[in-house]
Amino acid sequence: MDAVKIRQLFPILDQEVNGEPLVYLDSAATSQKPLQVIEAMEHYYKWNNSNVHRGVHTLGNRATDLYEGARDKVKSFIGAESAKEIIFTRGTTTAINTVAYGYARQRLKPGDEIVITPMEHHSNIIPWQQAAKATGATLKYIPLQPDGTISIEDVRATVTNQTKIVAMMHVSNVLGTVNPIKEVTQIAHENGAIILVDGAQGVPHMKVDVRDLDCDFYAFSGHKMCGPTGIGVLYGKKEILEQTEPVEFGGEMIDFVDLYDSTWKELPWKFEGGTPIIAGAIGLGAAIDFLTEIGLDAITEHENKLVAYAQEQLSTIDGVTIYGPTKRAGLVTFNLNDVHPHDTATVLDAEGIAVRAGHHCAQPLMKWLDVTATARASFYLYNTEEDVDRLVGGLKKAKEYFGDVF
Amino acid sequence: MSFDNLDTLYRQVIMDHYKNPRNRGSLTDESVTIDMNNPTCGDRIQIHLHVEDDIVQEAKFEGEGCSISLSSASMMTQAIKGKTVEQAMQMSQIFSDMMLGKDVDEMDIDLGDIQALQGVAKFPARIKCATLAWKAMEKGVDNQSE
Repeated sequence: MDAVKIRQLFPILDQEVNGEPLVYLDSAATSQKPLQVIEAMEHYYKWNNSNVHRGVHTLGNRATDLYEGARDKVKSFIGAESAKEIIFTRGTTTAINTVAYGYARQRLKPGDEIVITPMEHHSNIIPWQQAAKATGATLKYIPLQPDGTISIEDVRATVTNQTKIVAMMHVSNVLGTVNPIKEVTQIAHENGAIILVDGAQGVPHMKVDVRDLDCDFYAFSGHKMCGPTGIGVLYGKKEILEQTEPVEFGGEMIDFVDLYDSTWKELPWKFEGGTPIIAGAIGLGAAIDFLTEIGLDAITEHENKLVAYAQEQLSTIDGVTIYGPTKRAGLVTFNLNDVHPHDTATVLDAEGIAVRAGHHCAQPLMKWLDVTATARASFYLYNTEEDVDRLVGGLKKAKEYFGDVF
Repeated sequence: MSFDNLDTLYRQVIMDHYKNPRNRGSLTDESVTIDMNNPTCGDRIQIHLHVEDDIVQEAKFEGEGCSISLSSASMMTQAIKGKTVEQAMQMSQIFSDMMLGKDVDEMDIDLGDIQALQGVAKFPARIKCATLAWKAMEKGVDNQSE
């Protein structure tokens, strides 16, 4: 895989920021989009824009084919059995909330347990807090190991036969921890629980096969995998989706509507009330084509090399603390001495380097790390070792700049 | 971008307030405490105010945050101490205007060290850091005047 060549396919990366060539190290927040994704959406709006599933006219047919074609691409991409198991949502957050409202709240009772981890993104904590409050179920946490991983023993100790739902991120957006989803799924199933996987940081960076994982739900976002914002996916096993109630009611999702009662369309459409995110789905389909052509394994390997290099280089700077396990996905979360990460990020920005600074929508994890905020550099297929070198150079300057303060 | 541009943000006086915060601590009796956080970054600030006879008798702050939010809190407490509630509110308004990049008229009120934060206006991502303490102060003065 040639990252330098791939980089040229992303028009946005070819610019100067604050007088320096842009180094984009914030793909865990949102990835950049290759030209072919932008063009696929533009082409749809220029030539095929129409509402879907209302078929009489030609444009309507084209739009429907493109929209449902994108669903097929998602199905193959994550190894689902059927396209009926692919629900288009606004993003990971909406996908998780669909499960929390449409599945969890319908069946949880006092005494039931929901099991999550302290490393979760807010979007995989708050829906469960709310579901627990509404139903009287108990929210439990699998503790973290000192290096920010979870142990299978702890999973076994936390998940009981009272547990109905386990919700866990595939890859941590802060620590880079890759969770042992397959093993956790097995433990959940042994206890009669279902598992939802927050795959927002998983699917963009590694080959995911939902049937191999055997998870019941898998949620992810298009915009973190070279696709547009506003589109995401909820995968669910067919029999479990059939037990899940729709959470948005209105047009598009109905079968028959009477004055006092209505029935729903079959899967997947019963979850897609209103005019769907047509251009978004088409953009996501184009992103899947793009990623598939390069190959997810090649992307993972590239990111592994980069993150190893980044860890090695960052640890040469005195005063840098790196959070999370050594073996990690393609991101590094760190702090520089007593310099607040906001200040670090501002100095880096002045050098044309974009990193994230803050709590990364993971306040419980920040508390666990005993920091208020951190800086994070996250990598994707278009990043190079030179980007890491620029980051290291920028951090050295930040240290120099704030050096006389501390 | 050279460091010259950064220097417009991180003026020496700001760094001094960050390193040696004035009025850091808490107040006990007859004071009002306002917690304010910046949910996008996790910065938290606590402002303690004691207002009597329409005058800010005492102002202190605690909290965690970046250089801009903490130095701004330090400067704010220093600036409003001994001022009338009306003057404090007026300063807060001037500060808001300053963050919007407006030319502020210093005729009425001496801004002192606060002037150093003018450069923040050029860094949109950091404006919220600078205004956090002022927003907390406004809320506190409102509470205590009622």
